[in-house]
Amino acid sequence: MKIQEEIKGYLERYPDRRGALLPALYIAQRKAGWLSQEALEAVSEALDLPKATVRGVATFYAMYRQRPMGRHLIQLCTNVACMIFGAERLVDLLKERYGLEPGGTTDDGRFSLVIMECIGACDRAPAMLVDTDFHPGLTEEKIESILEGYE
Amino acid sequence: MKTVHATELMEKVLLKNIESPNSTHIEEYRRVGGYRAIEKALRMPPQQIIAEVKSSGLRGRGGAGFPTGMKWDFASRDPKFPKFLICNADEGEPGTFKDRPILERNPHLLIEGMVISAHALRSERGYIYLRGEYPYAKVVLEKAIEEAYEAGFLGERILGGDFGFHLSVHQGAGAYICGEETALIESIEGKRGQPRIKPPFPVNVGAWGMPTVVNNVETLANIPFIVEIGGEEYSRIGNPDCPGPKLFSVSCCVERPGVYELPMGTPLKEIIYDHAGGIKGGGRLKAVIPGGISTPVLTPEKIDCPMDFVSLPKYGSMLGSGAVMVFDERVCMVKVCWRAMRFFEHESCGKCTPCREGTGWLRNILERMETGNGWKGDLELLRDIASSMAGKTFCPLGDGAAGVVLAFIKDFSEEFEYHIENKRCMVTG
Ligand SMILES: Cc1cc2nc3c(=O)[nH]c(=O)nc-3n(C[C@H](O)[C@H](O)[C@H](O)COP(=O)(O)O)c2cc1C
Ligand code: FES
Repeated sequence: MKIQEEIKGYLERYPDRRGALLPALYIAQRKAGWLSQEALEAVSEALDLPKATVRGVATFYAMYRQRPMGRHLIQLCTNVACMIFGAERLVDLLKERYGLEPGGTTDDGRFSLVIMECIGACDRAPAMLVDTDFHPGLTEEKIESILEGYE
Repeated sequence: MKTVHATELMEKVLLKNIESPNSTHIEEYRRVGGYRAIEKALRMPPQQIIAEVKSSGLRGRGGAGFPTGMKWDFASRDPKFPKFLICNADEGEPGTFKDRPILERNPHLLIEGMVISAHALRSERGYIYLRGEYPYAKVVLEKAIEEAYEAGFLGERILGGDFGFHLSVHQGAGAYICGEETALIESIEGKRGQPRIKPPFPVNVGAWGMPTVVNNVETLANIPFIVEIGGEEYSRIGNPDCPGPKLFSVSCCVERPGVYELPMGTPLKEIIYDHAGGIKGGGRLKAVIPGGISTPVLTPEKIDCPMDFVSLPKYGSMLGSGAVMVFDERVCMVKVCWRAMRFFEHESCGKCTPCREGTGWLRNILERMETGNGWKGDLELLRDIASSMAGKTFCPLGDGAAGVVLAFIKDFSEEFEYHIENKRCMVTG
């Protein structure tokens, strides 16, 4: 199984198997965008760790997703600097334009939205990540045209 | 020896050459003098490097300002091996984006700093704990690590000697608490990121029970320069009590938000007005959070404060991560305080009750104030809850949350009262 091999490639970085758990969870999540039962089991098998251990760790971290996500994940910051420069209006816009609620997914499965704490772009607020692409300096017009680029 | 004055520090140390389009490439880094300090350092005995770092007066840039040389000394004296070196690149404190230019534009400076530090500590294994929200930095760092391995600055027998050091990126997964060093260690070990009780300290019992040094990105990025010019010379930059260049990330209502490399001790006023261009649109200054969201807010009459670890406490705040958040009169303090508390509630790891419950209660009360549903007596209630949290939480996260509320309601009580009495905002109506 391919992801198990990839996970094993991380073992040499850590003094024990458990050390590779966080990278393993990222690998397991990459394909489907979330950690299904099978994905968790693959990790548990590859690292020879109890399933409960794997799940216990996965549920602690916000970036390991426990539910299926849309094809594209919007991570929009609403912390102080972004809030001052209008992030709340952008949240409203996503609701109006795409029917997208914080923590939700559009009906067509195109986008999921997660509200972020500061993403380290306060000098170019408001900002978001779409998948791994970083988009700073958002305005209502800009966010729409950016999102049009994600099918 | 001459004293290095503020104005002479125009030559950047931490952000050197980052404007160059090739700044992340090893050849470009070497072209401007990079990886020279490593050659010097590897000829020095480990104890001598520690001595230089001690005499430099360098204090950790992650927030607490702990003397770096002393930390290294503790770890180095512990007889246990292997020892681990961890770079804290979690940068989660809202308002903070100072490590980002090093991670994204000057990765070899960090790597060089880490190899030198590892040699001083006789550590053979290092990690860069990078926040999950910086995917681009991950790409840059991993490429740079690869280049450094190829060039013989990482791996076995570095520069042909008998010292070897391995380094990799460990990606965090969106938990602010993992910036706290013991939670970070738990997270590297593949566990839930909850803080450990101290003592024992990580320098003795850290990752996998072994002596571990956790240092911030900016702290480690200072090391090559200290080796190059010597601890004595370095200690003359900025404030003698906590010297060196310092990165300030300036945001919110200023003309030119961004990261500024300035001598430690530069007055807050100079940072806001000279470097960041003053208040955006010529507005009037209302408040400044000087060191990231967890540090107490300051009123305008306090901006003559020198920005360093020793001066800010005298003004009732802390240097924290050096994240300067500037608010003009158009910003509602109740709203900022509420948003800050929402952050703390969200990021509380849930381990201890005062923090887990307290942050939720505070957020709840602030939220009803902010939305015009505040009750008479809410201000006292906030003070009461925050005071009973302070000093009673497992780690500084809860303490920070309490301190933030107490500072806001002390200096901006009218605004909070106005919200309660008039059921609307004093600023936005
Ligand atoms: C809640 C909390 C969050 C923290 N987040 C960070 C962080 O993101 N980056 C960092 O370098 N230090 C952070 N720290 C400080 C670390 O615990 C630790 O003191 C620091 O990494 C030590 O490095 P230094 O001595 O080089 O400053 C945090 C501390 C606390 C209590
Ligand atoms: S507050 Fe949004 S990036 Fe910092």
